[in-house]
Amino acid sequence: MSGLQVPMEQVLALAGLLFSCGLLGLMLRRNIIFMLMSLEVMLNAAALAFVAAGAKWGQADGQIIFLLILTIAAAEVAVGLGLVLQIQRRFKTLDMDQARRLRG
Amino acid sequence: MMEVLFYIAACIALLATGLALTRANASHALIYLIVSLLAVAVVFFLMGAPFAAALEIVIYAGAIMVLFVFVIMMLNVGEEGLAREREWLQGRNWIVPGTMAALLLLELMLALRHAPATTSGVAVSPKEVGLALFGPYVLAVEISSMLLLAGLVGAYHLGRRFIVRREKRR
Repeated sequence: MSGLQVPMEQVLALAGLLFSCGLLGLMLRRNIIFMLMSLEVMLNAAALAFVAAGAKWGQADGQIIFLLILTIAAAEVAVGLGLVLQIQRRFKTLDMDQARRLRG
Repeated sequence: MMEVLFYIAACIALLATGLALTRANASHALIYLIVSLLAVAVVFFLMGAPFAAALEIVIYAGAIMVLFVFVIMMLNVGEEGLAREREWLQGRNWIVPGTMAALLLLELMLALRHAPATTSGVAVSPKEVGLALFGPYVLAVEISSMLLLAGLVGAYHLGRRFIVRREKRR
């Protein structure tokens, strides 16, 4: 049985703490660039949990899910940053509270 | 030995993430975020996932962060932006993230010196990942390719209008 030498709980705790950092950032910051960064941190923490689980059982599946999360992060950030440019042009600010009306 | 390296990398990851999300300045935050991603990459490497560690650096710290840099630079052009740029180049902004990144490099060197270089008993090699990816997970590869295509079309649509309007104004 090939397990991690570092206890699994501690890796999962690291992933959980990173996720909480991201969630806190997403809730507290109102600048859309920081909100996107927080989303990246959260996706990264989820990926860390998957890779840790894959390493625990010595299987490749964890790293494959990591690849899929990477794909999602790339697609999300491309569209998100396109939206950032549109919001900056239309509202002249990056504050999301200014852009809360759905009607353009 | 490897456990200590893991704890140092974990502390750097948490610290850099916390610092990144509390900065007022977006480019300072970006530097800390890159350090945090590098720390997570070192954790991956120590857990016996070298392929994931390489991808973390190439795609997350490389491609995705470059997108952020481009957009931040596009948002402040002109004289005001130049003045801010000069301010950003001062050394004191670089000391903390630079030290963190140097520590991570040191850790990687230490890990490489010991032959197995993993805290995990067995490293999952890139070959295994590739075989599983194009074996049982081939449908997931197709789905993610469609997702990337949708992301590409969406980003092009949103970005193109931005570029065309700017040219017309001139």
